[in-house]
Amino acid sequence: MQNIDTTPQELSTGAKIVAAVVRIAVAIAIPLLAFGVLYAGFLFLRDSEAPKWLVVIVAVIWGVGGVALLYWVFNWLVEQLPDNWIAILQPFVFVGPALFILTWFLALPTIRSFWISLFDRAGPPDSFFSIFTDGMPASFVGLANYKAIFTERLMREAFRNNILWIVFGSTFSVIFGLIVAVLADRSRWERVAKSLVFLPMAISFVGAGVIWNFMYEVRPPNIPQIGLVNAIVVALGGEAHSWPAYTAISPWNNLFLIVIVIWLQVGFSMVLFSAALKGIPEELMEAGRIDGAKESQIFFRIMIPYIRGTIITVWTTIVIFTLKIFDVVWVMTGGQFGTEVIATQFYRQSFVARNPGYGSAIAIILLVAVIPVMIYNLRQFREQEAF
Amino acid sequence: MGSAKSQRRWGRFGINLALLILVLAWTIPTLGLFVSSWRSRLDIQTSGWWTVFPHRAWETVLVLDPGEAGLDPDTVMEIEGATGTFEELRDGVVADDGKTQVTWIGNKRNGRIEVQELVWTVNWDFTTENYQEVLTGKEFTFTQPDGTTTTIPGENMTDSFLNSLAVAIPATVIPILIAAFAAYAFAWMSFPGRKLLFIFVVALLVVPLQLALVPILQDFRALGINGEFMSVWLAHTGFGLALAVYLLFNYVVTLPREMLESAFIDGASHFTVFRRLVLPLSVPALASFAIFQFLWVWNDYLVALIFLGGTQDKEVITMRLAGIVGSRGNDWHLLTAGAFISMLLPLLVFFALQRYFVRGLTAGSVKG
Repeated sequence: MQNIDTTPQELSTGAKIVAAVVRIAVAIAIPLLAFGVLYAGFLFLRDSEAPKWLVVIVAVIWGVGGVALLYWVFNWLVEQLPDNWIAILQPFVFVGPALFILTWFLALPTIRSFWISLFDRAGPPDSFFSIFTDGMPASFVGLANYKAIFTERLMREAFRNNILWIVFGSTFSVIFGLIVAVLADRSRWERVAKSLVFLPMAISFVGAGVIWNFMYEVRPPNIPQIGLVNAIVVALGGEAHSWPAYTAISPWNNLFLIVIVIWLQVGFSMVLFSAALKGIPEELMEAGRIDGAKESQIFFRIMIPYIRGTIITVWTTIVIFTLKIFDVVWVMTGGQFGTEVIATQFYRQSFVARNPGYGSAIAIILLVAVIPVMIYNLRQFREQEAF
Repeated sequence: MGSAKSQRRWGRFGINLALLILVLAWTIPTLGLFVSSWRSRLDIQTSGWWTVFPHRAWETVLVLDPGEAGLDPDTVMEIEGATGTFEELRDGVVADDGKTQVTWIGNKRNGRIEVQELVWTVNWDFTTENYQEVLTGKEFTFTQPDGTTTTIPGENMTDSFLNSLAVAIPATVIPILIAAFAAYAFAWMSFPGRKLLFIFVVALLVVPLQLALVPILQDFRALGINGEFMSVWLAHTGFGLALAVYLLFNYVVTLPREMLESAFIDGASHFTVFRRLVLPLSVPALASFAIFQFLWVWNDYLVALIFLGGTQDKEVITMRLAGIVGSRGNDWHLLTAGAFISMLLPLLVFFALQRYFVRGLTAGSVKG
């Protein structure tokens, strides 16, 4: 793009002014036009009675095209400026939107959630500054929500269950992932086996909930069981139960939900382990074999220590994942039968019981629990260059 | 030497067997759903889906009228080698040879006796009706065992499938575009506070999205975009962006410096270099992240539930499916077909782009 300095010398001052006015007018008109088009698209999407497929196509074009258009317009605006201004402003055209959205969606909500968590269900005052003029409203409860989190029965149940999730969910995901990776590495149908084990990763939690509800389906004793689990139990002489809702074995009925997440996550741990195992130098294993080590010794003395870093990464990743587990529990039991977890409690308090103060306090606790694991994890991730 | 060889063969056999068992255990739940979705409502309700495989089952070979056969229901009777009282026969009595079962159906006076033999059989009555019901909302009429007919409504999932597309495609492309610009700037442009701002982005990876839901919902209500597709796009963009910037930065920063520099010497602007050089060169990273983000959004339930909940005409497919689970949890013919339709696109992506898929999902697992 040309800038003012390179305008031909012979132009009169008047012509220069006209050119500048036109330039400014265009610089205003183009963004206005772009915003106008985007706003028209927004109104169409909000109010249109058009057929569904048409709305979908417009939505996709509007959403994707709109963002690209905004970048183009802002960049074009900046490139109209002198060179030294471009150098200063252009980086912010590039990173600005990302920083704005991250601040809006992640950074500020952290502070705002903490603020909300200090109030009861009436919530904080509409304006933050009113606390200086009118004083703290009656809804201010200080840290009472946090105190309630650690004393209330349902929350304690949720913490207990999350510990079960962490202990059993992540440990068995790691163990099975490792077993599949080691076995597949030595078989001829490695690719097929790994694909099939990885496949559940593509399935939504709601879908997985349906799949496992069907597995656990229970029928009265005198008619054939249609759920595989109960069919096997009955065939072995046991009694059919609706396992995740079988409160007599509480809290172990949670294990029937945890199985679902193990089923979903083993694919993930298997892939990382498989890659790590392939990184073990063949000479190392061969040396072990020549020294007369058994396969089990090679596994425990060579393989495991060698891929220890990966094991810890996978384990911590699944720990974070199980800390935040929501969909599976919500779809399978809705948190009933003693299966409540932290995230379902958060949802229930924030959006069902309409007590966002309490809900936000739970979310803050979740953040505090996740931070140390996440920091460790990111460090590992960088070292491994997994991407 | 020979024994070592046979030992190794046994070892290999054991490895393959163990692997086979694990793979089967991982496949069977999905297989059961898939098979069931093609079976009729009555079949699903009365027999396990595994009966589509060859199995031994009792098949009626002879129906007797107790009166004609001269049987007195108040005594112990012997029929076709099976002995028992009326009550025992009601539950079915297996003859001593184990190959014949005799069952009294109905009451003492008007009942009938069925003589059944154990035969090899398969239940292969497949139907496309379940899919028609969940895709078109077609009503379904069936005959109850007592002869009355009942009509139950279907579930129209086509609309929610389209809604999911309208949510998932922009919610995948928008964060990638924004993240790619930011990653490029962090990697190749100089501006004050670059390092600090990048640390800020990475630090936000730890924020669980639950934390943002309440405040963001307030903002969306104030802006009047709650319940619009746009609200979910923005939310998914916000929640996916930190990871996207981080991953794309790691990739973009490895692009050869000389190539970009020679483009600048030729007078190309940053915008041109980004569009003509960096985007095309980053396709593998973009594709991996795109697949991860697409699946994440497609399979998401929580975010959609909060920002689109209450607007029925914008319901996405996971919400619809969860809705059927909640309201009609025993209509397995709808649930199985519905669940499979919701899984269709992810599975297609999985089989078509497996390499990018695995890479994207494993890298995306650090998402906050």
